[in-house]
Amino acid sequence: MAITDDDVTRIARLACISLSPDESAQARSELNGILDLIEKLQAVDTQGIEPMAHPLSAHQDIKLRLRNDSAAPTHTDAQRADLMANAPAQTEGLFLVPTVIE
Amino acid sequence: MSDMPIHNEFDGIAALRAALLAGQVSAVELAQSALNTAQARSELNAFLHIDPELTLNQARHADQAIADGRSGPLTGIPIAHKDVFVTRGWPTTAASKMLAGYASPFDATVVSRLEAAGAVSLGKLNCDEFAMGSGNENSAFGPAHNPWSRDVVPGGSSGGSAAAVAAGLVMAATGTDTGGSVRQPAALCGVSGIKPTYGTVSRFGMVAFGSSLDQAGPMARSAKDMLELLDVMTGFDERDSTSLEACDGVANAPGRVRSDFDHARQQFEANGATPLQGLRIGVPTEYFNEGLSSDVAAAVEAALQAFETLGAVRVAISLPRTQLSIPAYYVIAPAEASSNLSRYDGVRYGHRTQTYGDLADMTSRSRAEGFGPEVRRRILVGTYVLCHGYYDAYYLQAQKVRRMVTNDFQHAFADQCDVVMGPVTPTVAKRIGDNRDDPTADWLADIYTLGASLAGLPAMSIPCGFSQGDTPLPIGLQLIGNYFREGQLLAIADRYQQVTDWHQRKPEQH
Amino acid sequence: MEWEIVIGLETHTQLSTESKIFSNSSTRYGAPANTQANEVDMALPGSLPVLNRGAVERAIQFGLAVGADIAPRSVFARKNYFYPDLPKNYQISQFEIPVVQGGSITFYVGDEEKTVNLTRAHLEEDAGKSLHENFTGPHGESSTGIDLNRAGTPLLEIVSEPEMRSAAEAVAYARTLHGLVVWLGICDGNMQEGSFRCDANVSVRPKGQAEFGTRCEIKNLNSFRFLERAIQYEVRRQIELIEDGGTVRQETRLYDSDRDETRSMRSKEDADDYRYFPDPDLPPLVIGADWVERVRDQLPELPAAKRARFQSELGLTGYDAAQLTMDRSFAAFFEDAAALLSAGQAKLAANWVLGELSAALNRDEQAIQASPVTPQQLGGLLNRIADGTISNKMAREVFAAMWSGESGGDADAIIEARGLKQISDSGAIGAMIDEVLAANPAIVEEYRAGKQKAFNSLVGQVMKAAKGKANPQHVNEVLKEKLG
Repeated sequence: MAITDDDVTRIARLACISLSPDESAQARSELNGILDLIEKLQAVDTQGIEPMAHPLSAHQDIKLRLRNDSAAPTHTDAQRADLMANAPAQTEGLFLVPTVIE
Repeated sequence: MSDMPIHNEFDGIAALRAALLAGQVSAVELAQSALNTAQARSELNAFLHIDPELTLNQARHADQAIADGRSGPLTGIPIAHKDVFVTRGWPTTAASKMLAGYASPFDATVVSRLEAAGAVSLGKLNCDEFAMGSGNENSAFGPAHNPWSRDVVPGGSSGGSAAAVAAGLVMAATGTDTGGSVRQPAALCGVSGIKPTYGTVSRFGMVAFGSSLDQAGPMARSAKDMLELLDVMTGFDERDSTSLEACDGVANAPGRVRSDFDHARQQFEANGATPLQGLRIGVPTEYFNEGLSSDVAAAVEAALQAFETLGAVRVAISLPRTQLSIPAYYVIAPAEASSNLSRYDGVRYGHRTQTYGDLADMTSRSRAEGFGPEVRRRILVGTYVLCHGYYDAYYLQAQKVRRMVTNDFQHAFADQCDVVMGPVTPTVAKRIGDNRDDPTADWLADIYTLGASLAGLPAMSIPCGFSQGDTPLPIGLQLIGNYFREGQLLAIADRYQQVTDWHQRKPEQH
Repeated sequence: MEWEIVIGLETHTQLSTESKIFSNSSTRYGAPANTQANEVDMALPGSLPVLNRGAVERAIQFGLAVGADIAPRSVFARKNYFYPDLPKNYQISQFEIPVVQGGSITFYVGDEEKTVNLTRAHLEEDAGKSLHENFTGPHGESSTGIDLNRAGTPLLEIVSEPEMRSAAEAVAYARTLHGLVVWLGICDGNMQEGSFRCDANVSVRPKGQAEFGTRCEIKNLNSFRFLERAIQYEVRRQIELIEDGGTVRQETRLYDSDRDETRSMRSKEDADDYRYFPDPDLPPLVIGADWVERVRDQLPELPAAKRARFQSELGLTGYDAAQLTMDRSFAAFFEDAAALLSAGQAKLAANWVLGELSAALNRDEQAIQASPVTPQQLGGLLNRIADGTISNKMAREVFAAMWSGESGGDADAIIEARGLKQISDSGAIGAMIDEVLAANPAIVEEYRAGKQKAFNSLVGQVMKAAKGKANPQHVNEVLKEKLG
């Protein structure tokens, strides 16, 4: 199940990371190396074994805790500014991105 | 300028606390002295952000609290935080260019709890970028150095935390452990570090890496000191849905770990000359494989003998899926990370590239520029294993193997042993710059620590010796407990630290 | 070639909780940009989701109302794709194990009843909004503004089986579903504000063919009219394409209401691999039987049940029953008014609620909740018609007076004050009739000759003489008597 150049292109696109041709080639070889390591999982007989999503689920019943439905007050301009302080581009309380064409 | 900060003159947090309360030293003096030392030892590159005014302000509040008679368990004690805990005031970068200069509008729960307990923060500590790595070489802001030998890695990902504690820059530090990132640097730097049971310490405010694995844990000079921090850090947090409300019926709150510790300690004391009589130490045969260096094997063996002298009994156990924990972890952690790191897109915060065409271009360039090679590598792997067609074979399969690894431990704890012990790392710290072109070589060295991570068990590293040769480097002993037994684990470690002095050794400066 | 149309709808309903699904930010519409978005909604480093009980409660209500199964254990999964209005660049949704499974919706297309099965309904978070308003970015580039107020609003995505066979059916289904979620109070149904949005999956196949044709998804239709038009256009487009020898490409399309056409958005084949996996930040959602039973006990009588009961117990027609159960408050108003009337008078109440009352509400652009006339007051008025105190015609005048608040809306007081009591006294009526008969011998002759119209004319004259206040029934009876 070796990783091809097309695979790398597709993965990089899904991960939204731009790779130069050199970087792509390097990624391909690295990923194939990593695949060798993780391929070892294939040989394991996991018949009848449930996947384990939460590490404590073998020890106790883990279930999602729920929060009461009550709303915090709407933010003031100052509170909003605090939360948006790290925005690379903003105007009138909006985050700005290069225009998206639907 | 002295390179020995005032706090280093004290045995530990309890002694320092007593001195503060007795007025023998002030929090401001301690803080100023620590700031000076951190400055003087900047070649270690342990710190990423220091802001004297922020620190001294906390110290002034500490002094006021002491004067008013309302001091907390850690008032005035100098600590620092791994730069994956978000902090108001200090920037949080996760050692990544992606978050250079990021100012969080809120504090991590761990940070605010320690602050509420009165601890004084010296600043933010270096680490591997987004907590991915085991040598602190993957930091965008330069590697941290091992105080025992400048050319040598302090371990990772909490390398800065381990180095700061080992060099005495702080009394204690916070770290995070996903696959060994508290235990391994603790071992390589000759300090003590613990990863508590998953779900006992809040992840709110921790920059997420592998959500089902990440746990915050303290690093300090001794088990006793770790207890002081852990008992404050631990506790249910309603802002973290994976945070546990109770631990086997006991409320997950400050006091629980201490109570477990005290109970164990009392029992040991009652046992007189053989305090650990009745304690069965499981030693996994798989942890003593051909990858284990003789230095480490010898030090661990000596430690086990010391435990036997204390009355414990050694039991050979088998954790058959030890080797498999590597591929299982390196599917699960990157998969979760690939999704957790998707939010870094240059839209609402973080690095945005200077030149771009359209939005997709902006996002993909920003991410390519902002993330270092190891982070990119793990995101790509993680993305791949979640892809349609591969999900069952990799991710689902890894989660099944995870359960098998956990079952191995449960089997051992069920009727064979009370605690598992073994090495933390196959070797002592390697040289900075070694082995950088084989990305998975480091991964293989995680073999002893990954199991407890996958199973969510509490696990600790304490110093147990040094390597031979011109530059002796620290070696750590790993202790793995059953769920929620971090208190007992600390008491066992404390017993060992009462009859050995490895944990008291300090590096000479270079 | 006879074609069969195959339609399935995916409807996104914004749940009427106070706060968002995974954060405690308010869901109130219309706040200034990004003032209802906290660190969780903005996906700041270190933020984590915590599930809102109110969203789950509403999902359970929906599930029970459509006869679905409530999953005792369901799982939240991450749907990974990059988009600026999706702050984490993944959406927390449900994939393999949704909270509601199965169920069905019964609706009417004209007179015909049809039932469409539901595949599932699941909880997920809404995205933020993109504003394409000629903003300028830091390098002078044309930019879009992102408002995350909506990001994190709870959605219940309701997926139907592809069992609809015409645009009309799709619209009828959507209207009924809309009515139901509003009835339950789990969604405000405000389509302009985006509370209820439909995606239509449309395909065609030759009649009789078992396999489905290739389908296209038309996204984000937020009006029933657009839903209908978009489907109609898309069906025509696909049929024409195939008949011209082409093949339909599986893709996502948008409806352009200005041009009344659908336009390709992106090909579904190239679409993102969403890489769904269970969200490690959220353990499984467990819903115990006791919670389900509690919700079941508190469910209001559903529109279908109420409609059936109006017909069987109150004797209303199917049409009237359907009209009265379009809106829960409307139905409640009717029931409260009808409760004051004697058995068999429900039709009178129905006529008035659907007639005069609705007309007045429409004229004043009021919702039933704001009606100045209460159900009790209306009932009082209707009783005066039923017992003959006033005629239907007079009642309309009284109603108008009640509507404007005269005499505190009390029918009896108004009747008294305006002297509108019908004359039912046989003696008085008899006297009036005698006068009219005496004054119109010719018409009486015509009646005797068999002309029914003459009788009506006499009645009319009596009514005129009585200034409209004579009880028409009485007039009829007594006149008949007197004419022999």
